[in-house]
Amino acid sequence: MQKDSRRKEGLFRKWEDIRRYWYKFSRNSLSIIGLVVVCIILFAAIFAPYISPYPKSAGKFINFYEASQPPNSAHLCGTDVFGRDVLTRVFFGYRFSLMMGIVVLALVVPVGVALGLIAGYYRGSWLDTIIMRITDIFVAVPPLILALAVCSVLTPGIFHAMMAVSLMWWPWYTRMVYGIASSLKGEFFVQAAEVGGASRGHILFKEILPNCIAPIFTKMSLDMGWVILIGASLSFVGLGVQPPTPDLGSMVADGSKYLPDQWWIAVFPAFAIMLVVLAFNLLGDGIRDMLGAKGG
Amino acid sequence: MAKPLLEIKDMYVWFKVFGGILKVLDGVNFIVYPGEKVGLVGEMGCGKTTTMKAIMRILPMPPAVIPRGEILFKGQDILKMKQVKLQHLRKKEISMIFQDPTAALNPVFTIGTQLQDTIRFAEKSGKNTEKEGIRTRAIQVLKEVSLPDPERVLQNYPLQLSGGMRQRVCISMALVSTNELLIADEPGTSLDVTIKDQILRLLKELAEKRNTSIILISHALGAVRGMTDRLYVMYAGSMVEVAKTKELFAHPLHPYSQGLLAATPRLTGGGIGEGIDGRIPEYINPPTGCRFHPRCKQAMPICKDKKPPFFKVGKDHEVACFLFQNHR
Amino acid sequence: MIILTNNILTIEQLKKHFVTRQGIVKAVDGISFSVKEGETFGLVGESGSGKSTVAYTVIGMYKPTKGKVLYRGKNISQESKKRSQALKKEIRIVFQDPGTSLNPARSIRQILELPLKIHNLSRNHKDIVNKIEELLKMVQLPVDYIYKYPLMIGGGEKQMVAIARALATNPSFVLLDEPTSALDVSVQAKIINMLIQFQKKFNLSYLFITHDLSLMRNVASRVAIMYLGKICEIAPASEFFKNPLHPYTQMLLSSISVISDEEEALKPKKIISKGEIPSPVNVPPGCSFHLRCPNKMDICSREDPVMVEVSKGHTVRCHLYTNTHV
Repeated sequence: MQKDSRRKEGLFRKWEDIRRYWYKFSRNSLSIIGLVVVCIILFAAIFAPYISPYPKSAGKFINFYEASQPPNSAHLCGTDVFGRDVLTRVFFGYRFSLMMGIVVLALVVPVGVALGLIAGYYRGSWLDTIIMRITDIFVAVPPLILALAVCSVLTPGIFHAMMAVSLMWWPWYTRMVYGIASSLKGEFFVQAAEVGGASRGHILFKEILPNCIAPIFTKMSLDMGWVILIGASLSFVGLGVQPPTPDLGSMVADGSKYLPDQWWIAVFPAFAIMLVVLAFNLLGDGIRDMLGAKGG
Repeated sequence: MAKPLLEIKDMYVWFKVFGGILKVLDGVNFIVYPGEKVGLVGEMGCGKTTTMKAIMRILPMPPAVIPRGEILFKGQDILKMKQVKLQHLRKKEISMIFQDPTAALNPVFTIGTQLQDTIRFAEKSGKNTEKEGIRTRAIQVLKEVSLPDPERVLQNYPLQLSGGMRQRVCISMALVSTNELLIADEPGTSLDVTIKDQILRLLKELAEKRNTSIILISHALGAVRGMTDRLYVMYAGSMVEVAKTKELFAHPLHPYSQGLLAATPRLTGGGIGEGIDGRIPEYINPPTGCRFHPRCKQAMPICKDKKPPFFKVGKDHEVACFLFQNHR
Repeated sequence: MIILTNNILTIEQLKKHFVTRQGIVKAVDGISFSVKEGETFGLVGESGSGKSTVAYTVIGMYKPTKGKVLYRGKNISQESKKRSQALKKEIRIVFQDPGTSLNPARSIRQILELPLKIHNLSRNHKDIVNKIEELLKMVQLPVDYIYKYPLMIGGGEKQMVAIARALATNPSFVLLDEPTSALDVSVQAKIINMLIQFQKKFNLSYLFITHDLSLMRNVASRVAIMYLGKICEIAPASEFFKNPLHPYTQMLLSSISVISDEEEALKPKKIISKGEIPSPVNVPPGCSFHLRCPNKMDICSREDPVMVEVSKGHTVRCHLYTNTHV
């Protein structure tokens, strides 16, 4: 009985927390727009085969009867020179963009954060020196350039693109977390845990890490936009996703040949890139507001 | 008695935040007479600083709103003043010394630059604007606050000075312009005991010499005892007791004032009183009636329903407590 | 060898120097004192006097540069990572500012269960929750606070959580580093009375660090005054306030703002506070206080005085007393 009421109380508190987070998040209407757009894009990407009007257009599909149609009621965003529906290809293009973003972040964040925590906590020791000097080296190379180099030396393709971007991306997380961790190290709550006998693992992951969550999530959301942009750039120059697989970058590249007469072929994918980058940026701002401070 | 220099009449200040409205100030009444040293004592979060910020019109609005009340300075309502008038007020008539002198000084400019800017700003309309004059005046005010070697101090950056010296510089800046009212918000709290003592003595001397009124805000009773003529005790957004300082220390009447005095550790030893149970109420849903009643051991049914007005219990001694409603 | 004393903590010629860009900071420079079992020993000083450094060295946040820290006769002059878990269970600390000593990202429950888990003080999940509730009740906080985060509760309540965390392991010795200086007087009174009550109940010994002499008068049985890394005077609390000997002690006492005439009468009249604490990088030669001292003699700027016992249990480090007594 008592246990039951305790659990209820706990759930109630959780609900209160969620409401408070939502309040802080929703105070800026732009963050809500960002969230909604991100959700719509995610939905469109995941269910692309079911909701897109012409799922066949995603693959090797040619229909010269409907080629190069401007936007109309049958093809909301028009068709390209092979008669493929542009809207459908945008939906499928989002799949690769988002996949690239998610895979890169999933590789990069755990590594970058863990290294940053360790280097920050052992600030001043040899571990700090080694980790941070390596970080400096990687930071010095622009990810897009390296991705270009890797993809042109090896076979062009999304896998190599993702690896190349990931290789260059983790140091930014390391640097950010390093800054926070090395300043938190001197805080009394870390000292209290230390002199109280807590293990290092506990201090790193249970005391320091929770205080880094807000900036990490914010940065992840902002980076999602960046990585998508880089993926699109690679495809634009023909080093990313290979045709006929639809990708926003290569669609813009293909479509740009037919500008300005058949503007819709390039403009809609370009707009789609802009939309997803913008949406993730707005979402990132909202997350920062939301996780700013507990309580209040 | 003389006309009041500053009079706050029944002022309310609210803040709009998540989950509702923080009703922080709840009918503040406060008077300062010319040349008087007034103390304002209350615990953290009781609204002391909010009151003073309202006087200076530096409350961030929004989230703050002032639904009711007026602040009369020499008969004029500060809350309704035009921007130009307000500038003049802040420049010439009222100034404020903050608790933390480090935060009040800009770390990237020298003391000389900041102090001379203050002087230039304050005397823009008047004569005495040439460079040499300003510098002489700067050295003069630094001497007034007993800073040794003022020429050198002018060239220093705030971080090169100790906390006590920085607070003296802040006081000197306030002195440049102020002729009427000085608001000192916990002027020594962030400093050491011996330095705090020096700062308080300096403030008192200067005020007496220039016949300036002072509002001294403090969370500790000890600091205001030797410094002030009259003392207000504030609790949760309104004044609960006012009396001549000596009278208040000798015969505190409001249960809150009594509790506060009892809780203060004494040099004579013998343990510390119990303290007051509970904590300052949440301002979103403050207690009805007297805001102190949930913590008050002598609470009566009426305390829950009605907010007590000031009851006069002696010459200059007023208490906002229903225990004294039938006094005399 | 078993050392038979009733001293729970003894500090011998402790020095802690920090190397900084400006030079060597002698935060603690050769101090000795001992804390008896079950007593409250007060360490008073202004900022920069090194009083907190003493506490941090005792708890193991720093390794002493020189000298010894003995706990029940055993040398514990090492950093906390080299200390045994049993010792960490015995000596606990309460920090000055509860705002920074409690992790804002962890709930009260997580904060309080940590010491229980580290020191294996409870058998299972249910036991932990019960123990946490007991701890909260002990410091008179509502039980449903286990769901709250530090930022949601008041400063005094946070400090009570910090005290509960310190006492969770049933320690014998607790370092109190200005536990109430960030709090209001009414809250301070409550916490101090609670600490005194716990001391009796659990037979605790306290090293109480503060800058507030009035508070010290009411809690400590013996008091030491620190100035620039050295102790000026040690005496039993009652003696101390009746008969302060060191000029710095007198200056401190005369600077306190008090609330009654009886207290005013206790304050030394003649001494007015002047000057400020010099930077600990450039400690004046001789007696470090001579620049501010109203009774300064020639010898003071040349020689550092040594501790002399003026009466039983009352020692002072000042040339005024060396000459007459030696």
